[in-house]
Amino acid sequence: MSILDKHVIFERNATLLLVGSFFVVTIGGIVEIAPLFYLENTIEKVEGMRPYSPLELAGRDIYIREGCYTCHSQMIRPFRDEVERYGHYSLAAESMYDHPFQWGSKRTGPDLSRVGDRYSNEWHVQHLIEPRSVVPESIMPSYAFLKETPVEVRDVGMHLSANRRVGVPYTDEMVENAEADLKAQADPNADTSGVEARYPKAKIGDFDGDPARLTEMDALVAYLQILGTLVDFSTYDDASGYR
Amino acid sequence: MAEKHIDEISGVETTGHEWDGIRELNNPMPRWWVWTFYVTIVWAIGYTIAFPAWPLISDATSGLLGWSSRANVAVELADARQAQASLLTQVVEMPLDDILADPQLSQFAISGGAAAFRVNCVQCHGSGAAGSPGYPNLNDDDWIWGGSAQDIFDTIAHGVRHPGEDDTRFAEMPAFADILSSEEIRQVSAYVVSLTATPAKPEIIEPGKEVFAANCASCHGEDARGDREFGAPNLADAIWLYGGDEASVVAQVRAPKHGVMPSWLGRLGEPTVKQLAIFVHSLGGGE
Repeated sequence: MSILDKHVIFERNATLLLVGSFFVVTIGGIVEIAPLFYLENTIEKVEGMRPYSPLELAGRDIYIREGCYTCHSQMIRPFRDEVERYGHYSLAAESMYDHPFQWGSKRTGPDLSRVGDRYSNEWHVQHLIEPRSVVPESIMPSYAFLKETPVEVRDVGMHLSANRRVGVPYTDEMVENAEADLKAQADPNADTSGVEARYPKAKIGDFDGDPARLTEMDALVAYLQILGTLVDFSTYDDASGYR
Repeated sequence: MAEKHIDEISGVETTGHEWDGIRELNNPMPRWWVWTFYVTIVWAIGYTIAFPAWPLISDATSGLLGWSSRANVAVELADARQAQASLLTQVVEMPLDDILADPQLSQFAISGGAAAFRVNCVQCHGSGAAGSPGYPNLNDDDWIWGGSAQDIFDTIAHGVRHPGEDDTRFAEMPAFADILSSEEIRQVSAYVVSLTATPAKPEIIEPGKEVFAANCASCHGEDARGDREFGAPNLADAIWLYGGDEASVVAQVRAPKHGVMPSWLGRLGEPTVKQLAIFVHSLGGGE
């Protein structure tokens, strides 16, 4: 009986076959997946990344709830055409606080990973209410109801804690102030020094054109306006991230 | 399994399984298939040596060829810049007016600007640059902040009311709902409309003119032709940013909307912003 005939042992014992298959698949996993968790160059060193502010996090939830990711990616690939159109290719560090990440795989609409600061708040609001009023050729649905829906603030602190549990470095101070920070960021009359200290570069002020109300439109636009704007590319060494 | 069974008809060994007297021939894989399979295995090993593959302690092997997708894109971008280098350098170094005077260079700048416009500007200003309510038409000769190439460059580079940008164009018309009575606002709106059209109640134009002189003329000018120094639009032409009917004018006097344009210098870089300025200047209204 040559060594090639020994597979009979596996073929005649279902449990052994299962264990054997699992063992083989595990080797693939160990070689391909496990290193990503310990290799130092998996996530490049950048300056400027911070966890999302509570308002941005609420906006991100709406982004996911409405399924924006089915048409919009958040991943600029390192190709010339993408870099020329959307800006610097996405870095792993830029989605390290995303749970889950929003890279996406389908672009019916444009990539949004650097949409922040590209258009005014007014444009975003108008475009979300009636996309064709500013981009006639658009096929995006209307999200006018966001402006009528108050944003859910009650449990945002727990949301921050949940993110902290999966590795986002929210401090106790951030969690304690989550609800206040969420309200302050979209209130033009609030004292926003705390928000600005905890979340540098956060966009402050009324987003949806109605300062009296804190709506889902405020949250979503606050999130869109921060996308891709956090990393300080003036201090980032491209060549160190070559791979 | 121990004893081999040879099929009588074909003379080929069978697999040793039997179902109701039916046996399965154990023909070997074709030679060419087997060898192709072996070659792919050897190829795969060579591939992981040539290209980045094997994880090590703190890094992964970078491969003998030194291939890197990010380095590739850097090279491609550099090549593209290199191909345009002589023209791009001239665009950067020459003043805007000199570029306009040079047919070849202005043609280059207009093409480059048109491409950048389609990617970055059409979302607000429209694919034909005709704008829409709240977003200025760039084809006409009515400029809020000036229509010379340099003015257009400054507006694109630093934006309008862009938060966090020190050199941004900034003007803020006060909300006159807090300053004037509703009656006065109706009067002044009728006067403004009367400059280019006929308001519903012509009899309130005269008092409106006085309200205008007292409250509006300091920015929009005695003749309501605007002042680019303050970003105050010309009200005496029939070009309106937020609508020219009386209701729209009243709304804009009561609580003005203030459009925001982002600053583009940091995002696009000077060569592209300069080309954009030349392109917008070339649309028809450039001064």
